[in-house]
Amino acid sequence: MEITCINCPVGCRLTVEMVEGKVVSVSGNNCKRGEIYAHQECIEPLRMVTAVIPVEGSSMPLSVKTKSPIPKKLIADCMAALSEVKVTAPVMLGSVVLENVCGTGVDVVATRNVF
Amino acid sequence: MNCLVNNNLCWDILIIGAGVSGCSIARELSRKKANILVLEKEEDVCCGTSKANSAIVHAGYDAKNGSLMAKLNVEGSRLMKELSKELDFHYEQNGSLVVMLSEEERPELIKLYENGVANGVEGLRIVEREELKAMEPNISDDAVAALYAPTGAIVCPFGLTIAMAENAAANGAEFQFDTRVNGVEKDEGGWKVLTDKGCFRAKVVINAAGVHADEIHNMVSDDTMTIVPRRGDYFLLDRTTGGFVKNTVFRLPSKFGKGVLVAPTVHGNTIVGPTAIDIEDKEGTETTQAGLDEVRAKSGLVVKNIPMRQAITSFAGLRAHEARHDFMIGEIAPGFVDCAAIESPGLSSAPAIAKMVAGIVEGILPLENDPDFAAERKGILDPKTLSREERTELIKNNPAYGTIVCRCETITEGEMLDAIRRKPGARSLDGVKRRTRGGMGRCQGGFCSPRVAELLAQEMGIPMTEVTKCGGESRLLVGNIREAMKEGC
Amino acid sequence: MNDSVQMVDVLIVGGGPAGLAAAIAAREAGIRNLVVIEREHNPGGILRQCIHNGFGLHRFKEELTGPEYAQRDIDRANELGIEIRTDTFVLSVEEDHTVTCMSAERGIEVIQAKSIVLAMGCRERPRGALGTPGSRCAGIYSAGTAQKYVNLMGYMPGKRVVILGSGDIGLIMARRMTLQGAKVLACVELMPFSSGLNRNIVQCLNDYNIPLYLSHTVIDIEGKERLTGVTVAKVDANRRPIPGTEIHFDCDTLLLSVGLIPENELTQGAGVKISPLTSGAEVDDTLQTSIPGIFACGNVLHVHDLVDNVSAESQKAGRAAAAYAKGELSACETVCVLDGKGVRGTVPQRIRKGAAEGVDLMFRPAGVVRNAACVVRCGDREIARKKAMIFTPGEMATVKLSADVVVSIDGDITVSIEGGE
Repeated sequence: MEITCINCPVGCRLTVEMVEGKVVSVSGNNCKRGEIYAHQECIEPLRMVTAVIPVEGSSMPLSVKTKSPIPKKLIADCMAALSEVKVTAPVMLGSVVLENVCGTGVDVVATRNVF
Repeated sequence: MNCLVNNNLCWDILIIGAGVSGCSIARELSRKKANILVLEKEEDVCCGTSKANSAIVHAGYDAKNGSLMAKLNVEGSRLMKELSKELDFHYEQNGSLVVMLSEEERPELIKLYENGVANGVEGLRIVEREELKAMEPNISDDAVAALYAPTGAIVCPFGLTIAMAENAAANGAEFQFDTRVNGVEKDEGGWKVLTDKGCFRAKVVINAAGVHADEIHNMVSDDTMTIVPRRGDYFLLDRTTGGFVKNTVFRLPSKFGKGVLVAPTVHGNTIVGPTAIDIEDKEGTETTQAGLDEVRAKSGLVVKNIPMRQAITSFAGLRAHEARHDFMIGEIAPGFVDCAAIESPGLSSAPAIAKMVAGIVEGILPLENDPDFAAERKGILDPKTLSREERTELIKNNPAYGTIVCRCETITEGEMLDAIRRKPGARSLDGVKRRTRGGMGRCQGGFCSPRVAELLAQEMGIPMTEVTKCGGESRLLVGNIREAMKEGC
Repeated sequence: MNDSVQMVDVLIVGGGPAGLAAAIAAREAGIRNLVVIEREHNPGGILRQCIHNGFGLHRFKEELTGPEYAQRDIDRANELGIEIRTDTFVLSVEEDHTVTCMSAERGIEVIQAKSIVLAMGCRERPRGALGTPGSRCAGIYSAGTAQKYVNLMGYMPGKRVVILGSGDIGLIMARRMTLQGAKVLACVELMPFSSGLNRNIVQCLNDYNIPLYLSHTVIDIEGKERLTGVTVAKVDANRRPIPGTEIHFDCDTLLLSVGLIPENELTQGAGVKISPLTSGAEVDDTLQTSIPGIFACGNVLHVHDLVDNVSAESQKAGRAAAAYAKGELSACETVCVLDGKGVRGTVPQRIRKGAAEGVDLMFRPAGVVRNAACVVRCGDREIARKKAMIFTPGEMATVKLSADVVVSIDGDITVSIEGGE
């Protein structure tokens, strides 16, 4: 498996050898961070999801984020879940707009105040 | 927008086309007691040839002596200054120079001078290298001499056309947009004009349809006409280049072909162009790489070190070229008047064209003067021209003048609202831009277009998703985020 | 309405991350009579529409979204009682520190400031500056304008999208538009390398299988009213399209992410000397421009990659503006900082002789160089060296000069990239 390391501008091309879903070797990296990244990215890639959702009573939509990264494969499901969420102004930064999104145990929270 | 179709109503005068010719004719005829309708296929006035050209008023030395073009150009040029005061649009008599680059071209330059004198252009003279350099420090080192026309001028083509239209409307002329003429038929006592919005009846029809004037002409005449759209590509440079040239600088046409002009605009930009490429598509205002390259290559011939890196936009316009290369104005069938083949210098000639056409119409239809005709029109107030105290007072009375929407050109919300509320008013981003310059600066609307769209939606009572760049299908937005997601792509 | 001239100690033009950081620093340095002028309705600047995460790792040691990062500074400014005049547009800044501004609420105001910090940010390069031929139809947006429509207004500008330029905003918008249901067909970059961060290439393009076409550009734009398609072609080493390599995309939207330009109209109006390399003011190590008492920081000075660096630079400018207002920053002799091989637009351009603080020299590498070192010399003497595995124009490089080194500077210094491949 070939991936690009995202830790720094060098952008090392990492070659990751996998056997039965386990990383057995990483090459092409120039530092330890590359190896750690390769393990995470190949076993369970995680991403923060950020989005905006409309707010009843405000022309400005609310920006939201998953409070921590969620599995990459759930991004589309997370967006679909968010498209059903109804929010009414006012909303304060940090308040939860959707609990435990897609069973990840991660909440989606507001990232700004909308009055 | 209400539709003016009414089968029982017979308009006195129906004008096809709301470019500079159609609007000028409407304004001239609005001096009379007559009900006038202007039909336009686009969503606004000044959407065709009138919007994309060199923005200059030719002095009149160019057109062949004895041609209608020569007569109307010189007359139009003479009328323009007074008109700019009466109708409050931007005009500046900056002078023009036609530059020759080698001594062997002198006979051609002298011929041009003599043609100009014969046409009645005032003040023409030939300036030699030294004086030329003093007049235009950035002139090419190869410049030998030039024909100087002190009456050459620059004008805001939108300003001129919109001023004509607004004044015509204020004096009773009606405008119907988004209406395309599909046919013209003889009718009892006049004509039936068939459009995609229905049929209009009129005693006199005037064909001022620009590049489409041949199609309209051929609906009523067997003596067919062919108009070739001749495309001109241009660059517009940032206002920081203001003053790079003072005069409008042309290259003397030579065996090497026609050059491109370099001119200041009335708003302090520099314009460089055009090319002259005959095409088939009458809506073909796309620039091409070859066209833009040609402008770049030719621009340096008469003026050196043009800061082309300061280009903020490039665009193309179409000229309505007819093989005989003269304006074709006249009554071609009883009550049907052509105002066709109005290519350059059509903008310069517009005031004179309007007078000529009005004269022809009066010969067909006896018209009384309208005692209520008001010749003056005030443009959109530019708060930058006010003193600090006046400006503060203005904002106190109308806070919209205290909010800047377009940063680059410092255009306020007040100016934009005025542009939208006028008659005929702006109905699109481009409509606002042509009237106020909002979005015409160096960021090209990047910052202000979302806000202008909100103002249009609010004033027109339409959703944001219906706001367009230039009418028709040119919508800016495809839906709100939730609808768009549900619909998918 | 107030026709008389108001007096302030420090006036800050712009309430984005740069202006807020400068204001907070000036206030913390003891300036009470301080005002921030912001043209938008809310402070926070461009961060308000940057709803993605990745901000603040250096400064706050956590990953924030743009609105969250901005809110921290807004909250701090509010705590300190800093006056932020929103919906107010600065019309002019003059050499004598007179600032004229305008608002619907107060009309025209004239303010006389002891010192001024310019923090107006930057704007996107528009299509016209590229000279791309074709139609001027609807559906062509700079990436930031599209971002505003989506994130601040809740509207989608299109459904089938091609992105020209691989700047970070373009990459971020590729992901945003995809997540909101659009189909992003391609990201097209003129250069043989992306100007965006690797992280964004991976997480905004690769994650969604959006192809990145390097050494390609848009050569034609089609559509009479709304965009209907674009033609893309490969370019040669001179960036000219290669015939026969055309690819056509049916799309309704073209987003441009082709560079940012510091917005220096006010700066130029004041008569401040502008660097042709950065398009921002020339400054010394205190961020003071060629006009005493006028400072510049953030993206109006030079376009940064990271807001964390904007904040750090602006704090410095805010402290210096405070010192100037208190009469504690006197004029002194400076040396020049010159760009050497492989280096473009180093900021600051001047360092005061005998300056007592360390200085960060920031610049854009002129090209991609691997396994090289950035070397700073004062005459023949090497005064600093920083090795890196890669220097790329996409990433601003920084070399720190310690206070000891700065004190030792006795002549012009040169920054260059040496060695490498």
